Amino acid sequence: MAPHPSQLKSASRTVHVRNLMRRFAAKTILNRVDLDIAEGEFVALLGRSGSGKSTFLKALAGLDHDVEGTGTLEAPENLSVVFQDARLLPWRTVIQNVTLGLQGAAGQEAGRKALAEVGLEGREAAWPNQLSGGEQQRVALARSLVRQPSLLLADEPFGALDALTRLKMHDLLRELCARHRPAVLLVTHDVDEAISLADRILVLDDGHLIENLRIDLPTPRDHGDPRFAKIRTQLLSRLGVETPGRRAA
Amino acid sequence: MATIWDADEVKSSRASGRESGYTLPAVARPVTARNRRRLGPGPAIPFGLQIGPALLVLLWVAGSAFGWIDPRILSAPWTVIEAFARLIEQGRLQDNFVTSATRALLGLSIGLVIGTILAVTAGLSRIGEALIDGPVQIKRAIPTLALIPLLILWFGIGEGMKVTTIALAVIIPIYIHTHNALRSIDSRYVELAETLRMSQKDFIFQVVLPGALPGFLLGLRFAVTLCWVSLVVVEQINATSGLGYMIELARNYGQTDVILVGLVVYVLLGLVSDGLVRLLERRVLSWRRTLAN
Ligand SMILES: Nc1ncnc2c1ncn2[C@@H]1O[C@H](COP(=O)(O)OP(=O)(O)OP(=O)(O)O)[C@@H](O)[C@H]1O
Ligand SMILES: [Mg+2]
Repeated sequence: MAPHPSQLKSASRTVHVRNLMRRFAAKTILNRVDLDIAEGEFVALLGRSGSGKSTFLKALAGLDHDVEGTGTLEAPENLSVVFQDARLLPWRTVIQNVTLGLQGAAGQEAGRKALAEVGLEGREAAWPNQLSGGEQQRVALARSLVRQPSLLLADEPFGALDALTRLKMHDLLRELCARHRPAVLLVTHDVDEAISLADRILVLDDGHLIENLRIDLPTPRDHGDPRFAKIRTQLLSRLGVETPGRRAA
Repeated sequence: MATIWDADEVKSSRASGRESGYTLPAVARPVTARNRRRLGPGPAIPFGLQIGPALLVLLWVAGSAFGWIDPRILSAPWTVIEAFARLIEQGRLQDNFVTSATRALLGLSIGLVIGTILAVTAGLSRIGEALIDGPVQIKRAIPTLALIPLLILWFGIGEGMKVTTIALAVIIPIYIHTHNALRSIDSRYVELAETLRMSQKDFIFQVVLPGALPGFLLGLRFAVTLCWVSLVVVEQINATSGLGYMIELARNYGQTDVILVGLVVYVLLGLVSDGLVRLLERRVLSWRRTLAN
């Protein structure tokens, strides 16, 4: 296995989490979670529904104002979040949504470039609800990338898309990440999505990270590759899902 | 589609026969397609909104022409038109109209500005809310009519009292709807603004205020209606000029036709102002129109 993330030098660390606790009322959702993410590393986070993935992501994003908790948490100021819904302001045009909070002509130019990168050139003046779900999510991607984040947090960003659009979005995300090299934490339900995108896969269960698996397959990754299938089986069993192969065994 | 529903051909031709009326042009329904029972009220009838009023006017004309309607109860349409011409010739209608419209516009504008300022202050700051919301809710519980005696004592029976009454009435819907819209901004957008590290100023001007605009415009529509209602009330209680005064005077002399002229002007004012607000709505909320079609 690759060196344990805690062995990474702090200089190349983007995220540094130690002993993170988060609780809602009497229920502990995150229990002593440790995690380091290196610069430019793509990490996927799997876990059953309700296991606390979103809670973890919100903690990293600094969005959990009223949540009880302790622990060390270092994340860059310059981070972007992509939500499951595109979360575009319906009363702002596409370009205005991308450049929200940015100043001046430089911001406009960067916004236009980011839109072109996600393949939405010429749609600058459209209203968000004139776009399809996939296009809206691409605008959301452009909005996060235009800020050149050193950390990209994504909470099931493709969860609401159809399978075909999702595959296209994987290619797009891979390409964008290769170009901009942010560190990524991608929360997803989709094991295949995690395997085909991530350098490392974590599984969260009962408040702990119970799996920390480095994926060394070459990219782009072939879903038919036996190694791919082996990793999938391993992860599914970690998630408590019996696969047909195992049942037969 | 066609092959799947071939077996239903008999049934579907019957169904399309049922709908061959005004609902849809025949081209839109291929005979082989099975018709699903339509649940909505169906497409709009051309000039549908005008049919009801036109029918009423027709009844009025017929009733007057055949002598079914006593002219002392309801003057004939042509008498009303004559009265209209006479009042314009004498200049009374224009004068009274200008007086009334000035009162209404002044009261509406003042109420609009104050209501909006109060709503934004209460909507954006907790201290503002603590200071403002209570008093406005109390004012809301007092019918505007009930305040008139007090306002007469304070302002006399001149223009000041009338404009103040209208403004006080208008403040309430503007405040209630704008404040409510400001308070119910989707928390997901707040989260978004936080992750984008937006400044307080950007957050207010890009997220909160535009998001509250539909609420404000809804309040404006109620405000315009209330503005005319209050105008009628103040003018009929205590006035020496204005449309309401003209109507009151006509009542003293039993001039049904003049009363009707006044009412028609009120109707036009109400319709025109509502149309203007709706036009404004369409302009300002053009991002919403895309949802409708
Ligand atoms: N604001 C809150 N108040 C109380 N409990 C909460 C709150 N937010 C989340 N929880 C609880 O914390 C647990 C973890 O929630 P979280 O949203 O992190 O799950 P998740 O792993 O993202 O699930 P999913 O995959 O369904 O999105 C759940 O049991 C949830 O009910
Ligand atoms: Mg979640």
